Amino acid sequence: MAVIGPWLVQGGQMALVLLAAPLLTGLIRKVKARLQRRRGASVLQPYRDLRRLLGKEVVLAENASWLFRTAPYLIFAFTWVAASLVPTFATGLLFSWTGDLIAIIALLGAARFLLALAGMDVGTSFGGIGASREVMFASLAEPAMLMVILSLALIAGSTQLSTIAQFMLSPEAGLRVSLALALVAFVIVAIAENARIPVDNPATHLELTMVHEAMVLEYSGRQLLMISAIACIFFPFGLVIGASEAGRYFVGLGAYALKLAVAGTLLGIFEMSIAKMRVFRVPNLLGGALMLGLLATLLLFVSVGL
Amino acid sequence: MIVALLICIVGLLGLGIAGVALALRPTGRAVVYGCAAGLCGVIGVLALVALGRPPSTIVLPLGLPWVGAHLRLDALSSFFAFVVSVGGAGASVYALGYGRHEEAPQRVLPFYPVFLAGLFLVLLADDAFTFLFSWELMSLASWALVVSYHREGDNTRAGYIYLLMAAFSGLTLLLGFGLLSGATGGYAFDAMRAAHRSEGVAAFVLALALLGAGSKAGLVPLHAWLPLAHPAAPSHVSALMSGVMTKVAVYAFVRIVFDLLGLPSWWSAVVVLALGGITAVLGVLYALMQHDLKRLLAYHTVENIGIIFIGLGLAMAFRANGFAVGAALALTAALFHVFNHAVFKSLLFFGSGAVLSATGERDMEHLGGLIHRMRLSSFAFLIGCAAISALPPLNGFVSEWLTFQAILLRPGLPQWGLKIMIPADGALLALAAALAAACFVKAYGVTYLGRPRTAVAANATEVDQWSLGAMMGFAALCLLAGIFPGVMIDALAPVSQALLGARMPTQLALPWLSIIPVAASRSSYNGLLIFAFIAASTGLTVWAIHRFASRAVRRGPAWDCGFPDPSPATQYTADSFAQPIRRVFGTVVFRTHETVVMPPPGDLAPARIEKSSRDLVWETFYAPVARVVTATVDALNQLQFLTIRRYLAFVFLALVALLLALALWQ
Amino acid sequence: MGLSFDVAHMLAGLMVLAGLMMLYQDRLYPLLHVLALQAGLLALSVAWQAHLQAAPHLYITAVIALLFKAAFIPWALRRMVFRLGIHREIEPVVGIGPTMLAGMGLVALSLEVMLPVTAQADPVARQDIALALSIVLIGLLLMVSRRNAVSQVVGFLAIDNGISLAATGAQGMPLVVEISVAFSILVAFIVIGVFLFRIRERFDTVDVAALDRFRGEQP
Repeated sequence: MAVIGPWLVQGGQMALVLLAAPLLTGLIRKVKARLQRRRGASVLQPYRDLRRLLGKEVVLAENASWLFRTAPYLIFAFTWVAASLVPTFATGLLFSWTGDLIAIIALLGAARFLLALAGMDVGTSFGGIGASREVMFASLAEPAMLMVILSLALIAGSTQLSTIAQFMLSPEAGLRVSLALALVAFVIVAIAENARIPVDNPATHLELTMVHEAMVLEYSGRQLLMISAIACIFFPFGLVIGASEAGRYFVGLGAYALKLAVAGTLLGIFEMSIAKMRVFRVPNLLGGALMLGLLATLLLFVSVGL
Repeated sequence: MIVALLICIVGLLGLGIAGVALALRPTGRAVVYGCAAGLCGVIGVLALVALGRPPSTIVLPLGLPWVGAHLRLDALSSFFAFVVSVGGAGASVYALGYGRHEEAPQRVLPFYPVFLAGLFLVLLADDAFTFLFSWELMSLASWALVVSYHREGDNTRAGYIYLLMAAFSGLTLLLGFGLLSGATGGYAFDAMRAAHRSEGVAAFVLALALLGAGSKAGLVPLHAWLPLAHPAAPSHVSALMSGVMTKVAVYAFVRIVFDLLGLPSWWSAVVVLALGGITAVLGVLYALMQHDLKRLLAYHTVENIGIIFIGLGLAMAFRANGFAVGAALALTAALFHVFNHAVFKSLLFFGSGAVLSATGERDMEHLGGLIHRMRLSSFAFLIGCAAISALPPLNGFVSEWLTFQAILLRPGLPQWGLKIMIPADGALLALAAALAAACFVKAYGVTYLGRPRTAVAANATEVDQWSLGAMMGFAALCLLAGIFPGVMIDALAPVSQALLGARMPTQLALPWLSIIPVAASRSSYNGLLIFAFIAASTGLTVWAIHRFASRAVRRGPAWDCGFPDPSPATQYTADSFAQPIRRVFGTVVFRTHETVVMPPPGDLAPARIEKSSRDLVWETFYAPVARVVTATVDALNQLQFLTIRRYLAFVFLALVALLLALALWQ
Repeated sequence: MGLSFDVAHMLAGLMVLAGLMMLYQDRLYPLLHVLALQAGLLALSVAWQAHLQAAPHLYITAVIALLFKAAFIPWALRRMVFRLGIHREIEPVVGIGPTMLAGMGLVALSLEVMLPVTAQADPVARQDIALALSIVLIGLLLMVSRRNAVSQVVGFLAIDNGISLAATGAQGMPLVVEISVAFSILVAFIVIGVFLFRIRERFDTVDVAALDRFRGEQP
C-alpha cells in the first residue's frame, strides 16, 4: 500500500479534477439562474451536454487543417497536465516536483496559444476577432499572473506549489500586505483567464461580446466536447493558492468540495451583479492587476531589509 | 586543439577565395555550401571537446610586428564556437536547397565562407588587434551579403545604415580596448586582465562596450540597423546574422565585462538591467506592428537580445555583491538563451525563406493557407513559433524559467537601485514573453492558417529536401534542448567556473533527468516527464474519445454564424490582428493614431481606416544626428568651391596659426 | 515584530492600494467610495496605533477619522456631485496606464527615500512614514492628473489621509494638533464647496480646462 499509495493519490487527483469540473460549471449556472428568478437547469446538466456531444457528428470546414483537428486534444492534454500539478485535496503529490507554478502557467499559456491558432485556422473573421482579443488580454494577464507568482515565491521561498501550500498552512505566513495585493491581482487575472464576466461572456452569441466563444465557433461534436471540458477545468486552480488543507485525504476531499462550492456560488453572484466591460477597458483592469502584482513584489524586495 | 580549429578557419577562408571561381559553375554552389557545412560540423565537434579541457593558446607571427596575433580557445570561446557552428552548419545545409534560387551567386558565394571565418576568428582572438580585425572582417563580409540584392527595394539604404553602425561599433570597441590597455599599452588580453584601472576608467570602458557590442547585438536605441539589414540579405544569411552574429556581439560584451574588466560595480548592473528590460519590451512591440515576415523576425531578435542582457545584468549584480552561485545561475540562463535563440531564430528565418522561395512574397498580408500547401515546413515553423513563445516542453521555456529563478534568488541585495530594478525587470520579462506569444500567433496564423489571400499563396509548393532537412533538424534540436536541459547546463558549467569562479550544481546526476537550479526545496523542473505526461494525456484522450464518441466526420463550408463570406479578404490580416495590442500599447509607445472615414449612409464608397505611427527612437536618436551631420557637411561643402586666392589664404592662415601656437607654447 | 508589525503593515499597505485604486477610477461615485474606504482604513490604522502605543487619545482621533473623513465628507461630496449634476465620465489628462505606472514609481521613490533615512527608528514607524509619503504623493498625482474640480478635491483629501497616517505613526501626536488639522480641513472644505457652486453658476461647468478657456489662457 505504501508503494501504491502516492500513485493512487496522484491518479485520484487527476481524475477528480476531470470529473468535478462540469459539476462546478453546473453549480455556477444554477446560482446565476436562481438570482435571475429562474429555476435553471439541473446541476448535472453539463454532464448531459458533454454526453450529447459525444454522440454528435463532427462537421469540419472545408479548409480546416490538421492543426484544427488535433488542437482540441492537445489543448485538453496541456490543461489536464497543468491541473494535475495543482494540489487539490493533498499536498506533496508524487510528481509535483516535475513542474512548479511557473511551469503550470506556461502550460496554460501553451493551451491558449493553440486555441488562438485554432481560431485563426478556418479563415473567418470571427476566429480572428477571438484570437486577437484573447492574445491582447493574455499579454497583460500572463505578466500579472507571473508577478503574483513571484511575490508568492518570495514569501514562501519556493516556486513549487506544494511547498507554497504547506507554507501557507504553517504559522510563519503572517498577514502580509503583499499577500492581499497578490490575492486581488490573482482574482482579477483568474476572471480574465476563465473568460467570465466582466471580461468575457461565456454564454454570448453576439459578435461584439465574444472573445473565447469566437475562437471555438467552428468546433462541433467531440472536438467541442474537449473544448468545453477544458473550460471547466481551469477554475479550481485559483482556490488552492489562498489557503490549503492537508493531512487526512478524506477530510481534504470534503474541504476541497466545500471550497469549490463556496467559490462557485460567489462567482455566480459576482457575475450577476456587474455587467461586461467594454473590450478596451479590460486592459485597464488587467494593467491594474499587473501593477498590483508588481507592487506586491516590490514591497517584498524592499522590506526584506526591514 | 586550437591548431585544428585554425586549420578549419583557414579552410573556410580558402573556400571563400575558391568561391569566386566556383560561383559561375552550376555545381559550385553545392561545393561551397557543402564544404562550409562540413567545416562547421568539424569545428562544432572540436569546440564541444574543448569545453572540458583547459584553455589552449597560440601566437602567430601575423598582423602588427610587435604584437603578433594571439589566439586562445577557452571555455567561453568554445561554447560560442559551438553555437556558431550549429548555426553555420544548419544555414549551409539549408542553403544547399535555397541557393538554387540565387540569381547572382557570384555576389553571395565568395562572401559566405569569409563571413563564417570572421565569426570564428572573433571568438578565438586573444588580443585587441586580432579581435578588431576579425570584427571588421565579419562586418564587411556580412555587408557584402546584405547588399547582394542591390536592385531590390530599400536594400542599398539598409546596407548604408548597416555600414555606418558597423563602423560605429568598431570605433567604440577600439576606444574601449585602448582604455583597457592603459598607459602600458599592452594589447594582449592577458595584459589587460592583469592591469589595474580606476573606477572612472572602468565605467567608461563599460559604456563603450555597451555601445559597441550593444549596437552589433541590437540593444535599444542602437537597434535601428537590424530590421533594415537582416531582412535584406538572403534568408540563410539572415539566419546567420540574427541567430549567430548577434551572439558574437554578446560574446564580445561578456568577454570585456566579465573577463577583462574584473569586478563590476552594482550601478553598472542597474544600467544593463534597465537597457535589457527596455530592449525586450520595445523589440517585441515593434515586431507586433510589422506585416513583413522577415522584419518581424528581425525585431524579435532585438527582444531576445534584451532577455539575454537581463540575464547578464543579473549576473553582474550578483557578482558585484559577491554572490557567485547566483551569478553562475544568471549567466547560465543567459548563455542557455544564447543557444536557444540561435536555434529557433535560425529555424524561423529558414521558414520565412521557404515561404519566400515558394511564393515570392514576404508580406504576410499576401499569404495565408500555406499549411495545406507546405505541410512539413509549416510544421517545423510551428515548432519554432512555440519554442520562441517559451511554451513547455520546448527549449525557450527552460531558459526563461532559469532567468525567473535567478530573479527570485536573492531579494536581500543591499543596493536600492537593484532592489527596484530586479522586480521591474521581472515584470518587463513577463510582459515581453506574453507579447512574444501574441506576435507569433499573429505571424503563424496570418501566414500559414486561414485561406490564401493571393494566387501565389494558393499555388505554393513545398520546398526541397535540403531546406526541409535543415528545418526539421533544428526543430528536433528545440525539442531535445527542452527535454534534456541538464546536458546544456552541465556543458555551461566550465564557462561559469572560468568567468565567475562558481557553477551550478551538477544536473545530469539527478533522478529522471530533472533540473534543480538551486535546491530541491526551492524549485525543480523536469522537461522529459512533462513531455511524457503531455504525450500520454494526448494519447489517452484520443483513445478515449475515439472509443466512446461518434466517429462521423463531415466536411462542409465554414459556419461563420451562418454568413460565410467567400472572399478571403474578409479574414483577419496582420494589421487587424495586432489592432487591439496596437491600441493598448501603441498609442503610448509609437503614438499610433487611427482615423476612420465613414461615408454617409447610402453612399457606395468604401469606408477607410488609416493608421499612422512614429518611430520615436529614430526621431529622438538618429534623425537629429543625421540632421546635424548633414548641416555640418553642407556648411563644409563650401570648401569645395573656393577660388585659388581663398585656398592660398587658408594655407597662409594655417601656417601663421601653427607658428603662433609654437610661440605661445614656449 | 510579529503580529503588530504585520497588522500595521497590512493596513498601511491597503491604504496605498486604495490610493492606487483612486488613480484607476474615472467615474465620480466610485472615486468617492474609494476615498471613504481609504479613510476607513486610516481609522483602523490609527486605532491599531492607539492599541500599540497605549495612547487613548488616539482612539478619539480614530473616531474622528471614521465619522468625519470616512462618512461625512464623502456623503457631503456625493450630495454636491448630485446637485452639480456631474455623473459623467472623467478622463484623466494622461491615460490610465501611464498614471498608474507613475503611481507605482512614486511608491518606489518614497520607499527609496524614506526607508534609508529612518534607519534608526522602530520598524512600525518606518513603514508607516514611508507608505504615508507615498499616499501623499499619490494624492498629489491625482490632483495633477485630473480635469474635474471634484476629483482634485478628492486628491487633496487623500493627501490629508496620508499626513494623518504619518503623524500617528510618529508617536506622540497630541490631540489638539489633530483637532486643529481636522477643523482647518473642514473650513477649507466649506470654502471649496461654496466656490464650486459659484463657479458652476457662472460658467455652467466645473471642468477646469473650460475655466482656462474662459480666462483667455487657451485658444
